[in-house]
Amino acid sequence: MTVQASRSTDAAGAASRRPARAARRGGPARAIGAGLALIGLLAASVVLAVTIGPAGLAPADVLASIAAHLGLGEATLSPLRDGIVWELRMPRVLTAAAVGAGLAICGVVMQALTRNPLADPYLLGLSSGASVGAVVVLVLGLAVALPVAAFAGALAALAATLGLARAAGGLSPTTTVLAGLAVSAVFGAITSLVIFWSATNDSYREILNWLLGSLSGADWAAVVLAGGALLLVGVPLLTTGRTLDAFAFGDTAASALGVHVPRTRALLLVATALLTGALVAVSGAIGFVGLILPHAVRLVVGSRHRALLPLSALAGAVFLIWVDTGARTLFDPRELPVGILTALVGGPVFAALMLRARRTP
Amino acid sequence: MSALRPGAGLEASRVSFARGSRLVVDGVDITVPRGAVGALLGPNGAGKSTLLHLVAGVEAADVAALTLDGDDLVSLRRRERARRIALVEQDVQAPTGLRADHVVGLGRIPHQSAWGGDTSRDREIVARSMLAAGAAEFAERRYDELSGGERQRVNLARALAQEPELLLLDEPTNHLDIRAQLATLGLLRRLADDGLSVLAALHDLSLAASYADHVVVLANGAVVAAGPPAAVLTPELIRTVWGVEAHVLRHPSTGRPLIAFAERADGHAAAASTDGADAAATSVIAGPGGPEGFAP
Repeated sequence: MTVQASRSTDAAGAASRRPARAARRGGPARAIGAGLALIGLLAASVVLAVTIGPAGLAPADVLASIAAHLGLGEATLSPLRDGIVWELRMPRVLTAAAVGAGLAICGVVMQALTRNPLADPYLLGLSSGASVGAVVVLVLGLAVALPVAAFAGALAALAATLGLARAAGGLSPTTTVLAGLAVSAVFGAITSLVIFWSATNDSYREILNWLLGSLSGADWAAVVLAGGALLLVGVPLLTTGRTLDAFAFGDTAASALGVHVPRTRALLLVATALLTGALVAVSGAIGFVGLILPHAVRLVVGSRHRALLPLSALAGAVFLIWVDTGARTLFDPRELPVGILTALVGGPVFAALMLRARRTP
Repeated sequence: MSALRPGAGLEASRVSFARGSRLVVDGVDITVPRGAVGALLGPNGAGKSTLLHLVAGVEAADVAALTLDGDDLVSLRRRERARRIALVEQDVQAPTGLRADHVVGLGRIPHQSAWGGDTSRDREIVARSMLAAGAAEFAERRYDELSGGERQRVNLARALAQEPELLLLDEPTNHLDIRAQLATLGLLRRLADDGLSVLAALHDLSLAASYADHVVVLANGAVVAAGPPAAVLTPELIRTVWGVEAHVLRHPSTGRPLIAFAERADGHAAAASTDGADAAATSVIAGPGGPEGFAP
């Protein structure tokens, strides 16, 4: 194009003055560094978290077990200890990683599309909706339909929240969060009622696990479900960074940048409902992960989504691995629903975001 | 880059758009030749913003023939259109935490694939656009911490980073101090002289008259008058469209029209009709003469 061609020599001069500060917040070097650090941290977290628990295990034991199961070495652990690593703790840690990564991705996508810093699958009611879907099919003995039902529940809750917020005067952060609160309350109550009506023994624990989220039942089937959803839905969402960037100035600006706004928004919100559904089906409604991690990552690498999405996913995985390790060991032998700990961190983060939103109207 | 040829620039004809049962834009014809600055004038609610949105493709016109350099815009793919037309909105809500140069980088989106980083060409165009718009010195500051005038320069740089052939602006001088207003319009003038076509909705008639090659006056969604500022901006037209009394003077140094609004002795602007919005529709009902008519 010809428009500013005559000024290119000046531009080159300006460009050469700037790289000295390129590594600052938002610079690609910083994002790549953070990404590599988080990948290393994630690998280390998986191995270390598996060693933690009542039966003492060393990182070397865990690596040996992993190697043996991947066919890379001889089994050196006793079958009992190998079972603890491979059948109990490893699936739980991997499920935590997948759920944490997926919830963080959902949070980023929802925050960008609704231009609402407080958007998160839990706060907007998707998690409660997914819980209802999951609990209903489990009660009916239709476990094969679990992901589909959880997805349907999440989608219904999302439609209810956005519909209610729109009817109440638009998708402002306040109305959206209030609508999410109303929807969560109703869907949470339905979950509790269904469990209470159907369960024979420990219904309170069961209700708590669905409402607050718990990874205590995570097995390899859970890894497949959560990991599969992460691969099939979460990873494609990682490529939407530029599209999400285009929404920074709102729908009109996104449209003027070539984005088909209604179609894109519908497609991406349905994808977050799908991902949330699969995650909630294995973990219950774990709150605030989609709120805490994206905002923490923004502080380090800025708001551009091409960096924010993958880094939030990695940070979410690491975060939930350690919070869940705390949930299963802090009050050993009793277990906390992991959502209690995420809420303990997430509540203050929510409050801080609220205060910041007030300062910049 | 398409070569300059007859009919180059924007040609819009019979553009119509209804919202509900109300015809917001009613059969508008408008032409902005390549390298020209066109000013879109008219009272609030005349359809200026909507018309810009229709040309930008943000909203789809019910009826329209739109061509840019002879290419049909209506059938153009959204992304392709975004590479040729940039829109600077008015009063955008500032995203928090985004750096100014990243805001400008948004303008590269129509040129980029979904996956992969910014190329050196992207970075060069962002830097060049910021320089052209006078925004280079605050490249690394946060957009939401800039002043109104600085933000507007960043917005312009973002539009330039799209490498458009046509630049649309919705009241780009809104909320700016006079220095920033003149800087903005001067920049648009220079960009047009370099070959960009510019169409801007403006409120200030004198500023429009000094910077635009031609003006298009809209009222109730339809074109009332169009042409060079000196031919269009007459006291009669201003009274008809805005319902106010005005003297059209000559700018002492440029010779362009300079609009002075008549004022009554009690300090209130002399409105030709009590309701400015109705004035366009009931154009013949002008007030009882000029300021003298109201003298106590």
